[in-house]
Amino acid sequence: MSLIDLTAVSFAYGRGRPVLDGIDLRIEAGHNLGIVGESGSGKTTILRLLLGLVRPSSGDISFRGAPIDPGDRSFMRVFRRAVQAVFQDPYSSLDPRQKIVDIVAEPLRSLKIATDVDAAVAEALSAVDLPREAAGRYPHEFSGGQRQRIAIARAIVSQPELVLADEVVSALDLTTRIRIVELLNVLSANTTLVLVSHDIGFVALLCQDLVILEKGHIVEQGPARDILSAPKHPYTQRLLESTPRLPDFA
Amino acid sequence: MDELLTIENLSIRHAGRSLVSGVSLSVAAGERVGLIGESGSGKSLTALAAIGLLPDGMTASGSVGLAGRQVIGATDREVVGLRGAVAATIFQEPLTALDPLMRIGGQIAEVVRRRVRRDGRSLSRTEVLAEVMGLMARVALPDPARLARAYPHEMSGGQRQRAAIAMALACRPRLLIADEPTTALDVTTQAEVLKLLEMLVREENMGLLFISHDLPVVGTAVDRVLVLRAGELVEEGPVAEVFGQPRHPYTVGLVEAARAFDQAIGAAL
Repeated sequence: MSLIDLTAVSFAYGRGRPVLDGIDLRIEAGHNLGIVGESGSGKTTILRLLLGLVRPSSGDISFRGAPIDPGDRSFMRVFRRAVQAVFQDPYSSLDPRQKIVDIVAEPLRSLKIATDVDAAVAEALSAVDLPREAAGRYPHEFSGGQRQRIAIARAIVSQPELVLADEVVSALDLTTRIRIVELLNVLSANTTLVLVSHDIGFVALLCQDLVILEKGHIVEQGPARDILSAPKHPYTQRLLESTPRLPDFA
Repeated sequence: MDELLTIENLSIRHAGRSLVSGVSLSVAAGERVGLIGESGSGKSLTALAAIGLLPDGMTASGSVGLAGRQVIGATDREVVGLRGAVAATIFQEPLTALDPLMRIGGQIAEVVRRRVRRDGRSLSRTEVLAEVMGLMARVALPDPARLARAYPHEMSGGQRQRAAIAMALACRPRLLIADEPTTALDVTTQAEVLKLLEMLVREENMGLLFISHDLPVVGTAVDRVLVLRAGELVEEGPVAEVFGQPRHPYTVGLVEAARAFDQAIGAAL
């Protein structure tokens, strides 16, 4: 089933040059999608479009077949419940003055979801391997990796169908990064993931499908296995060749 | 061997807390040494201590020798003389190393003039300009004549880091300290900058102290590596040995994590 469709989408800031041009993309339930690109490729703009934060300059974006209209409040409430996001910097994405219970419960309040808030927060914290006691503490009491777990708990508390993650492990150390990958892998059993990243190794661990972006254009898309084993576009080939790997010292 | 940097039993403390404890390492001319660790491991503090630039309030003990001259306990004037002449540093974010209000050519020229004064010589304006153009070409900055007139914000991240490397080279240092020099760059740009650094160090027979959290990058950039964790060295040796047969559980964890990401894209090898 298709969750979000982008058809011939272009986007420009003001009257500037398009930062995205002719984007055709389908996000299907149960298929994790990785959107890979370097600085200026337009990957963050795609994420903003997918979240309904900006409207395309031309083309259509639909959610379950209906056009995404940020002006339609009841539609957007359904959309927000189904589509949540996690951002790159776990230090700036959590309000330092709020307790974890209030941060994680925020989607339940803003989306007016009638539920036992404490139980839902406890369940979300448990899903990201944080103890129940974490609910009563403040963000500064946690490490970077733990804060990213809190941000993920906030994203899944409304039981969304789709979680969009923007460079979620870029700010983390290697050993923390691999634990977040393991966590996302477990969560993806119930939620479809769209991972936006410059790190092809990270998305390759979690995504069945890949989209390679260069300067606002999709240069290659398809099953991750095919793209990784036989990249067709010269940019994808260069990206893979440039990605450093630990030499085989054996 | 011509030892450029010799650190013995270095400890760094701040407000009664130990940040680095008992670190010893050395870098000789032509040697490429990596210092690897995660956030808070003390790798950048070790580099700052090596050039006498620890933040106020931090105290260092032990011994840090730059080309045989002691850094710990030396006066600012003595250490300033060693910076540039013996060691030059490239930092992670080139924007913080460059003056946003000055054209790139002017910034490189200033370093050239300071070095010439240091050596008790003088150069004409034309000679300085020629050296600036030569340095910009050496770090493969395209169209040096045009880029010399550009401000940092008019350049890409990769071009800015190349300009920072040109400024480091303008000192004609014998030791290059590179602290996460490619972390802020895209992978395709990173690969180019790493190749450039490797070539420069080899051709100039400089020593290289390469600091990074990124195992694959360190694995390709250096010959010998030291692993820091929470301010203490846990393992050191030739890179093939430390990453090929890691002994300390912490290094084992790092190598396994790096291999997991590599294996995910392994099909492309």
